[in-house]
Amino acid sequence: MTAHEDERRAPDPGTSDALARETRRGFMFKLGAGLLALGGLVISAPIVGYIFAPAVRDWKKRRSWVSLGALEQYPVGQTVLATYTNPVHGPTVGRAEDLPCWVRRIDETSFQVFYINCAHLGCPVHWFQESRLFMCPCHGGVYYENGNRASGPPPRGLFEYDWQVVRGRLYVFAGEMPNLQIPGRLPEDELTPLTVDGVEYLDGRPVPTDGDAGGSA
Amino acid sequence: MFRIIRGAWDWVDDRTGLKALLGPPLTHHVPRNAKWWYVFGSCTLMFFSIQIVTGICLALVYAPSADTVYDSLLYLNYDVPMGWMLRAIHGWSSNAMVFMMLVHMVQVFLHGAFKFPREMTWLFGVALMLTTLALAFTGQVMRWDADAYWGVGIGASMMGRFPVIGGWLTHLVLGGPIIGGDTLSRFFTLHVFILPGLAIALIGGHLMLVLKHGISEDPKPGTAGATVDKATYREAYHERMRKKGVPFFPVAAQRDMVFCGIMLIALVVVAAWYGPIGPGPRPDPTLIDVTPRPDFPFLWIFAVLALLSPAVEDYLIITAAPVLVLLLMLVPFLAGTGARSPSRRPIAVLTVVLLVTGLGVLSWLGVTSPWSPHMQAWTSDAVPPTFVERRSPLELQGAIVLQHSQCRNCHALDGIGGQRGPDLSEVALRLSPSQLIRQVQQGDGNMPAFGKSLSSAETRAVVSFLSTCHPPGVRPADRPGARIPELRELDEQRSRN
Repeated sequence: MTAHEDERRAPDPGTSDALARETRRGFMFKLGAGLLALGGLVISAPIVGYIFAPAVRDWKKRRSWVSLGALEQYPVGQTVLATYTNPVHGPTVGRAEDLPCWVRRIDETSFQVFYINCAHLGCPVHWFQESRLFMCPCHGGVYYENGNRASGPPPRGLFEYDWQVVRGRLYVFAGEMPNLQIPGRLPEDELTPLTVDGVEYLDGRPVPTDGDAGGSA
Repeated sequence: MFRIIRGAWDWVDDRTGLKALLGPPLTHHVPRNAKWWYVFGSCTLMFFSIQIVTGICLALVYAPSADTVYDSLLYLNYDVPMGWMLRAIHGWSSNAMVFMMLVHMVQVFLHGAFKFPREMTWLFGVALMLTTLALAFTGQVMRWDADAYWGVGIGASMMGRFPVIGGWLTHLVLGGPIIGGDTLSRFFTLHVFILPGLAIALIGGHLMLVLKHGISEDPKPGTAGATVDKATYREAYHERMRKKGVPFFPVAAQRDMVFCGIMLIALVVVAAWYGPIGPGPRPDPTLIDVTPRPDFPFLWIFAVLALLSPAVEDYLIITAAPVLVLLLMLVPFLAGTGARSPSRRPIAVLTVVLLVTGLGVLSWLGVTSPWSPHMQAWTSDAVPPTFVERRSPLELQGAIVLQHSQCRNCHALDGIGGQRGPDLSEVALRLSPSQLIRQVQQGDGNMPAFGKSLSSAETRAVVSFLSTCHPPGVRPADRPGARIPELRELDEQRSRN
């Protein structure tokens, strides 16, 4: 009885302390706090995952080979603008679906395909045939025709695509916007083969079948 | 009639307690000498309110999806009644809000209003500044045109400067591996939900603190409240307000009302006269004939990124923003007491002068972008006649090579042409023919080498033309090492003697 009176008198009603005592040594309060914390954690997981998914997804795996058209479009010794449909995009991409790139045909069999983005901060570089230079309209980066940095603020040369020629068509491995941490070309073992008429190609040659690969290894 | 309204109001007040709720904040006492210097915060808040109202209105029509957004902007501009005006008000009010916020911040800084006990008010202000700038940047992206597209690209490339996490950051910002529909949706969510919500919460906190600590007095040296002493300031301030203060509404508020009224009318006039801002060219990445530029609050950053040495660029991109924000946040803790008047704080005044001058000059450089090649100069800029008069066929051929090889994209003749490299009008005074040949073929400093793109005949022609580029009556440089003719002539005189 006295204990009961003490309990009623001692703490200020309304403080968390008082509430805790009222709920049988705070069991209910602790249970509630615990359940809310657990629930909060459980519901946060999908939300945080949803927000950060684009950051942690392995976009390299989504890259694929896209055609830049027949070789005849690319005269030897010249650099021309080509466009392709970006293979990695959502349903509402609009005109940003089509991307440009610079194709330099060095000779009959060798190419360089450059990303449009300046290595400095990503603006679109322009090609000038007469001076054989790429120039950037944003901060004045300039590159030679082989993509090497010529002048201005870029810390490196132009980013390049992996490319291959299969059955008279030029293909590039596309699907990511490059920057200094995403430098365009991938190590050979990260490239997936291009499939044309059921045959897989890498580096312009049919990929050996399993049996052949076992033999050569 | 009046009695009925009065009765109704009394009833509402009795049941809600509105008067008791709103009365004290509205009529809290403020310094008698808080006059025209104190109107900028209210004005910033007014522009923010306009942004909320016009933003909600624009959202009625704006279609935040990358495949439809550009057409919805054109629809707003040309078809929806008053759509153009709403876009104009939203755009110009955004500029005005950023500008007024900066003026407010400079005033608070110069008047030492951030000092004890108002440190938290300043911190909320810094957070509001960042939120406002973020709203301005994401707002530029809402105008989904070529500038927005490549602007986002610049942002993504800056993320690529962060070691290790650069790739993740890029994809987090873009919402994928490449600029696309998800990118616009991310920025839309920031611009329309997250940042305005944050701004409203921060403004609430900012105003609550203004009410708690009161508005600081005009810090005229010698007057009460011009010096902050932690032991006495707070009590003395509240005592002065009780005795000499005037109610915020309607006494002090009348100046806010006048200034805000003028600004409001000015905004409508500017919006009606200049019309909506953009959209610029379509956000079609295959149309590369663009010169992307950011909106005015970010032009200075654009300039800094062009002028920085590549050696320090990475470090500055990563550390500059946090360091600057940290410095701003430290202001009330480094100088939290003492004199408040700008006339007693020369370093504060100097800081403002340097910052305003620096940011002004950098922004102007951002507008003129002298570091960018003029992409059309080689085809569109004329060769001034004085540069081709009385020239030999070889020299004239050189002038054609100069034009045809895009040299004019970076070099001006008589001020016409690109500003990236030096003006060539008097280049013969600086470089001898042999130096010119070396410079053209091998390049130097910021100039690319043209050895591979020019034949030796073309090089000879262009150098013979450049050797004629000197003022009449002044002899050109003729041997390596000679820099200015006066010095050379002095040398000759010495050797003769």
